[in-house]
Amino acid sequence: MFDYTFQWNQVLVRLPKMLDGALVTMEVAVLSMLIGITLAIILTILRLSGSRPLKAVATGWIEIARNTPALFQIYMAHFGVASFGIHFSPFVSLLIGITFNNAGYLAENFRGALKAIPDTQARAGRSLGMSQIQAFGYIILPQMLRISFLPMTNQMVWAILMTSLGVTVGMNSDLYGVTQDLNALTFRTFELFAIAGVIFYVITKFITLSARIIASRLFRY
Amino acid sequence: MFETALSAADLIFLAKGAGITIVVTAISVVIGTVLGILFGVLRVQLGPILSAPLTLFLDIFRSVPLLIQLVLANSFIGMVLKLQLSGFFVACMVLSLYTSAYCAELVRGGIDAVPGITRRAARSLGMSWAQDMRYIVLPLATRVALPSWIGLALGVMKDSALVYVVQVTELLKSTQILITRLQEPLFLLLICGAFYFIISFPLARFGGYLEKRSSND
Repeated sequence: MFDYTFQWNQVLVRLPKMLDGALVTMEVAVLSMLIGITLAIILTILRLSGSRPLKAVATGWIEIARNTPALFQIYMAHFGVASFGIHFSPFVSLLIGITFNNAGYLAENFRGALKAIPDTQARAGRSLGMSQIQAFGYIILPQMLRISFLPMTNQMVWAILMTSLGVTVGMNSDLYGVTQDLNALTFRTFELFAIAGVIFYVITKFITLSARIIASRLFRY
Repeated sequence: MFETALSAADLIFLAKGAGITIVVTAISVVIGTVLGILFGVLRVQLGPILSAPLTLFLDIFRSVPLLIQLVLANSFIGMVLKLQLSGFFVACMVLSLYTSAYCAELVRGGIDAVPGITRRAARSLGMSWAQDMRYIVLPLATRVALPSWIGLALGVMKDSALVYVVQVTELLKSTQILITRLQEPLFLLLICGAFYFIISFPLARFGGYLEKRSSND
């Protein structure tokens, strides 16, 4: 039917290289999530704070992260800041871009989660003698993270998918970058990217499944 | 003080890129929404077991990076099927399916949000399945799904920045071409980012407003 011979062997012998790339992809995604969650919590606190300039900074960050393409944000982190004489390696640029994006989206999720927590809880904590920081840290924060666990999982999947954009700033050690390099070497475009796609699929499924298991253990009651 | 080598012709070049971004987005969102409604209704009608193949198929579009989808579609059409299709066509095709995968999920959520009792009431009043869908489910599900749908459409616009990989010169790619020539990355990127922001921000706010309004009552 097709006038094309698939040569999967060509790709399968290079599978170990691609799996190494998958590890780098995971590494970037996990790092960007960890830093992203931390930043998102800070952004949420800034938004709750009474100070106007701090609120403006947080809102600006969140709106820019949510209303421009992730690819643009990564370009900005790589080529944009280069105008100021700051040159990041592709890895760092990619990490900054994805983290910026993650923090914006997560902060918005956190805001939604905060709405679900009654004000009375913080007040109850305060009247038990907790400081404002204690009330936030011990009462609000754990519930907020718990309510937004599912959106966080989704964001993690997004982070994995976004790592494929690193190739545009010259990243060649992640899964997409490795695949691209192998493609230049072998020209088995379809086979290579099909395998890369399968690896991405397995990774995202692994994440959603393990998140489901973790959620069922953590939030049993 | 502030000087730039950006000429009027370059601005027209950028505007053309912006036009391509909008056209690709519009085509993909329209086709993707129609397909998404079809897939979503099918999934609900068939039940979880019968629709498993469809679910798996749509799941692929949501679990594999768009870049890889585009490269795969392009190489499959070009190298395996040996068809000469324009990058624009491939981009629209992949983005449409990509949109439909997310849209099917929204449609399913919207239909599930209509209480079964309401639908049974409609059927027991003598409405046919089609009438029930048309007059009961559609209006109620639309209200639930519309805010997320706006978010999806904006998401597709932002993701359309990736179609450069199949040789479509949309906004971000044209910006990059200009950067290579003019060597003013920050200024050009800010123009490009501002364009996305100006389109996306008001619509996102509108979606948020709709969501708030429907959750209040």
